Amino acid sequence: MPSADLFPAAGRRALITCRELKKNFKKIEAVRGISFDVYEEELFGFLGPNGAGKTTTMNMLATLLTPSSGDAIVAGHSISMDRDGVRRSIGMVFQDPSLDDRLTAEENLRFHAQLYGVSPADYRRRSEEVLRLVELWDRRFDIVKTFSGGMRRRLEIARGLIHHPQVLFLDEPTLGLDPQTRAHLWDYLLKLKKERHMTIFLTTHQMNEAEYCDRICVIDHGQIVALDTPAKLKKLVGDDVISVRPKDPSRVKAELDRIFQQVKYVEDGAYLHLRVSDGHTFLPILLTALPGEIESVTLREPTLDDVFLHLTGRSFRDEPETSKMSRGFRGHRH
Amino acid sequence: MRAATAIRTIAERELLRYVRDRGRVFVTVFQPLMFLVVFGSGLRSSLARSSFGVDYISFMYPGTVAMSIMSVSFFSTISTVWDREFGFLKEIMVAPVSRTSIALGKTFGAAIIAMSQGLLLLCFAPLVGISLRPQVIPAALVIMLLLASATAGIGLLVASLVRTVENFGVIMNLLVFPMFFLSGAFFPLTAVPTWMKIVSSANPMAYGVDALRQMLLAPTAGSGLMPLLLHPASLDALYLLAFSSVFVSCAVLAFSRRD
Repeated sequence: MPSADLFPAAGRRALITCRELKKNFKKIEAVRGISFDVYEEELFGFLGPNGAGKTTTMNMLATLLTPSSGDAIVAGHSISMDRDGVRRSIGMVFQDPSLDDRLTAEENLRFHAQLYGVSPADYRRRSEEVLRLVELWDRRFDIVKTFSGGMRRRLEIARGLIHHPQVLFLDEPTLGLDPQTRAHLWDYLLKLKKERHMTIFLTTHQMNEAEYCDRICVIDHGQIVALDTPAKLKKLVGDDVISVRPKDPSRVKAELDRIFQQVKYVEDGAYLHLRVSDGHTFLPILLTALPGEIESVTLREPTLDDVFLHLTGRSFRDEPETSKMSRGFRGHRH
Repeated sequence: MRAATAIRTIAERELLRYVRDRGRVFVTVFQPLMFLVVFGSGLRSSLARSSFGVDYISFMYPGTVAMSIMSVSFFSTISTVWDREFGFLKEIMVAPVSRTSIALGKTFGAAIIAMSQGLLLLCFAPLVGISLRPQVIPAALVIMLLLASATAGIGLLVASLVRTVENFGVIMNLLVFPMFFLSGAFFPLTAVPTWMKIVSSANPMAYGVDALRQMLLAPTAGSGLMPLLLHPASLDALYLLAFSSVFVSCAVLAFSRRD
């Protein structure tokens, strides 16, 4: 599986080098020997459905889980040999809330800074810097209990930065946040990358969020199915996608196979997605060839949804959201 | 050096959470006083007619202080279960500090809260007719700290083994009452059946109560107290030191093994 194009950007310094990392929980193989590199100043995304092994991998890289086999080097430290070295080098924002909501924002930050050995002088300077970055400076003496979900997430990001980590890990950072807060949070993350040259490693199961990443690692059933830039991944699918809703899928499929043998398509519920090089000229031909067979049609550019469907044969939307939702709500019960 | 900072940071947070929680501060101060007044007065007027060398409420007083220390330190170690349930433990676990420092910080935090609680209760001694000699206070503080560490060790041990706050509560209730009843707080352990003597000899509370009783009551009671005591206070202190070393070590091991 690991091939040359999994590690394309030769010459750039790898900040995370992950080799044949494996994790079994009893009989379940959660992560099945994955290898990848994350480069300095990169915004690297782990994309996959729930249960794909994203969080398990991140927790291994953050030394919260011991790998069953394999190893990874994070900022020059082995995750199995030098846990403290790794821990000092990373900032972590967990999927579920991890603030002490009985303390103030400032107390949460100070606790963290002391555990990471930040000197009091550095702490005074940096706490202002990070709190201003996430626009919580005015609320620093407020008890976290009074904060909204978005504010808490921003405070967690500020906390993850205060010990000047070399890489920031974010596990589903926008989970459970409303769309406006989500967009806002992404502004902060992109600002962080642009202004602070921060290396960011995040997991997401949101296709549209993965678009912001420099490179995306698509993971499914504990294995890497693709690793590339969003643009190149979409190229896998073709230049254009025509989504049709046929009246009778089996008849339309048979017709497609007969008339347009060279056109590849995937079935996705009631829809067929056709991969074509020039959708604008192909669409009229398609409709003429299948008169009265098609209920609706959309011509669009490929999305990462199409890529996932192409790579795994399954749609992201098929994944049950229930377990995730309940976790999202749990995160906001305070 | 780093470990010391980590232990202090973890312990400081425990203290901060304690003082932030006014309801808890009030309850932990009010409860032992109520206990002393209601229970003590009730028993004094009916059952407790034998000679205790002092008034029955005064006799009960050191035991009430010990009970308060035990329940406060148990209750404080619940924060570990709480942290696990509410996600804060992950923030601690991903930090570059050893598991031992975390466990020691949690234990010391709980022990310091419990000891200050005991110290606070000493202020009420004159109200129940006990005149304290100032010079016994440092020694009493040592006993209180040892008792608090031993019970905090038990608390953290349980907290490391259970998953939920509910389970922690159940196990604690199971421990609190026998430890209290077999502590000698209500009745002297000098005239009890042999089985009870054996069981209570494994109870750190018995040594704490015994030591506090002789330190706090000696000036008031005089020699009338002598037949009710088990060991010299220094021996009690040694026992407590042994108990707290064992329990805190077990707690550190159990905590490090988890997660």
